Amino acid sequence: MTSVAGVNATPQSAWRRLLRRKLAVFGLVLIVLVVAGAVFAPWLAPFPPDMQNFDGLTIEGAPMPPGGAYPMGTDLLGRDLFSRILYGARTSLIIGVVANGLALLIGTLVGITAGYFRGWVGAVLMRFTDLMMAFPALLLAICLAAIFQPSLWIVAMVIALVNWVQTARVIYTETTSLAERDFIAAERTLGAGTGRILFRHILPHLVPMIIVWGTLGISTTVLLEATLSFLGVGVQPPTPSWGNIIYENQTYFQSAPWLVFIPGAAIILLALAFNLVGDALRDVLDPTQRGRS
Amino acid sequence: MTEIAQNSGAVMAPEVLRVQGLTVSVRSEAGDSPLVQDLSFSLRRGETLAIAGESGSGKSITSLAIMGLLPPPAVRVTAGSVHLGATELTSLPEAQMRSLRGARIAMIFQEPMTSLNPVLTVGAQLTEAIRAHTGASRAEARVQALAALQAVRLSQPERRLQQYPHELSGGMRQRVMIAMALALRPEVLIADEPTTALDVTVQREVLDLLRDLQRDLGTAIILITHDMGVVAEMADRVIVMKSGRAVEEASTAQIFSAPREVYTQDLLAAVPRMGAGKPRDAVGSEVIASLRDVVVRFPLKGGMLGRTTAQVHAVEQVSFDIRRGETFALVGESGCGKSTIAKAMVGLVPHQGRIEIAGQALEGLDRAGTKALRRRVQMVFQDPMAALDPRMTVGDLIAEPLVIHGIGSAVEQRAQAADLMARVGLTADQLDRYPHEFSGGQRQRICIARALALQPDLIIADESVSALDVSVQARVLDLLQALQREFGIAFLFISHDMAVVENISDRVAVMYLGQIVEMGSRAQVFGNPQHAYTRRLIEAVPVPDPSFVRTPAPRLAGEVPSPVHALGQGPVRAQLRDIGAGHLVAL
Repeated sequence: MTSVAGVNATPQSAWRRLLRRKLAVFGLVLIVLVVAGAVFAPWLAPFPPDMQNFDGLTIEGAPMPPGGAYPMGTDLLGRDLFSRILYGARTSLIIGVVANGLALLIGTLVGITAGYFRGWVGAVLMRFTDLMMAFPALLLAICLAAIFQPSLWIVAMVIALVNWVQTARVIYTETTSLAERDFIAAERTLGAGTGRILFRHILPHLVPMIIVWGTLGISTTVLLEATLSFLGVGVQPPTPSWGNIIYENQTYFQSAPWLVFIPGAAIILLALAFNLVGDALRDVLDPTQRGRS
Repeated sequence: MTEIAQNSGAVMAPEVLRVQGLTVSVRSEAGDSPLVQDLSFSLRRGETLAIAGESGSGKSITSLAIMGLLPPPAVRVTAGSVHLGATELTSLPEAQMRSLRGARIAMIFQEPMTSLNPVLTVGAQLTEAIRAHTGASRAEARVQALAALQAVRLSQPERRLQQYPHELSGGMRQRVMIAMALALRPEVLIADEPTTALDVTVQREVLDLLRDLQRDLGTAIILITHDMGVVAEMADRVIVMKSGRAVEEASTAQIFSAPREVYTQDLLAAVPRMGAGKPRDAVGSEVIASLRDVVVRFPLKGGMLGRTTAQVHAVEQVSFDIRRGETFALVGESGCGKSTIAKAMVGLVPHQGRIEIAGQALEGLDRAGTKALRRRVQMVFQDPMAALDPRMTVGDLIAEPLVIHGIGSAVEQRAQAADLMARVGLTADQLDRYPHEFSGGQRQRICIARALALQPDLIIADESVSALDVSVQARVLDLLQALQREFGIAFLFISHDMAVVENISDRVAVMYLGQIVEMGSRAQVFGNPQHAYTRRLIEAVPVPDPSFVRTPAPRLAGEVPSPVHALGQGPVRAQLRDIGAGHLVAL
């Protein structure tokens, strides 16, 4: 291994090292494209997302295949799929980033607290986590969504509230083993306070795991939103989301496969993009990986 | 390379293993880089060949190459041959190699716990090993397994067959490994640091056992070790390795009496020897740390309700004082409670009794008081890699105590970190590197620099040099003593290595099962050991001198009693008696 003397782990140099990785750049470009598509949807979309076009259906009343005026075809109501995908990116990004980020935050806080303090604090927190895990997530989400008026932000919150448990579990396990390590004992003998140990010494070691769970969570949260939408407790039609586009059209899978395939591919690409960037970020932020590419 | 031990009884014995021009390389982006280069030696029946060297010298890679166990695909044999009898091993297909391993050539590893499968009984693992090679029936294999356990002098062999590895002590596990290795009477046994993880008295028993078994079975042994004491006691011939090359090969007597190469001479000079300690300056009378009747017990919970059913009596009624500028050594074997005392002194485990540091009692301190006390006592851990946060630069790590205690500005902290780096023999331009970019010895220097940052009165060194190579160990010990003279720091030096303790300490306390059994000045404890356990410890130390004749001692097969007692019960308290000039001995 080559040692890179004198290179500081400043954000700038980490950013530069990230840009040196081809796959990470590819992922970043994908994310930028999706974000741009979502932000500029009103200007980019050829049609309003919920406009039923008169020429959007064939004579038999079937959806139009991709091509012509409709780059991605139309759905069973004659709406332009490309426009719906662009607007749907807004919903899916908010769910994937906000709901997932919130879930990670709750999971990390619960896991790290329970893992470091153990004792009755840990016992209470982890038994609650187990209880949440034992409870069917979908059922819980439906109950929560039924209590609150469904809206995009409520759906994001509901998804966060059912998705934090797995993160809490793995963070808890990792924290218990980190807390036993010698360098944490060394920190304590130096007189470091609990806050310093938790946030300066334990949290940085959890970052790789948080990134992995974060990137995995993108696809699960987007799909959970789709399921909720399908059950009528998620994002309300006609607002498009990638998930509800799939569910609306799944019965036409045989005759109009693009209606399922295109939003499905969008979800996969988004998850992949976050995954690539997350992987690279984990390596770039780890000083012991420096010098390896 | 043609020298063969003339004084060895194995001279005329047939050759069993011949290694010629062995080169092992690791493939990397920059091409193949050699780990072992052009190594040649031969081994005769009944002979013990030691391969000695420091970490990274390629001695373990050599043994793995012979066994055909090199980690594929990056590391492989790129040149040379290994002949076991008439069979060439390096080009042998894996299937045939597998039938040889265990049957004709066997290996025992350093850590017996990780080499045994924890979910299978000892008996199951032994009989499986036997049946894999001989096709013996289950019953026959069991008889052989029992015989193998008897051969390694394990007490209650029938019961051991039913036990799982975790039910056995470290020494017993290593005996099981030896039994497994020798059950099929292989021609060659490779022992890779077989006693490094064991206590000194257990090491003694295992070494004796290996020697006896070799005499009875005529097995040729390749002994891989960094411990020149073990070499002197066990080997007929020695190969000294450095950076993948054989530096010197000679008979053991010759290596120790007239080493040819400078590296060998340096290596031998660095080995700590009993009685080589320099006279030490007189120490002051100011007491820095004082322990009175300190007790540490860990509860064992059991039953449905998780109630405490028994207690581990880790430390029982320990009292001692450490004075300014003094090196006070705590010695004893693993599990005797010496590290627990260290942890109690820095507040990492709760204790009963009274601990005073610099006149301030540890008990009943508030948060601020505890933090203030941390500045007076610092700790250096055994494994420097584990004790340094791998995600922080060395500069940040050394400045960490200054940041925690709010001493100086960021610029001053960095300047002081640079100063401390220079004090421990590193340079300031290494401040922005990470711990993994340093060697083991350098990392321990970083830990020492960090401990010095707060200018403590007492530094607790818990096995701080045990994981280091002898040459590095000697330099780190020199550094510690230089710092002690300069700053008047007191050391609590915790070690299992009697020779190191004898070399550097002012006073010594010997611990056994959580209690001090003997305490006094270095001259008192080492010159006139009174307690049976102290004597046993001192006698068990391998002596790096092949001409040393060990007085025959009774072989101990007994196990160390357990420090676990039911609730409300406890061990018998040892009464210390002064037999003159502060030399305390348990009755």
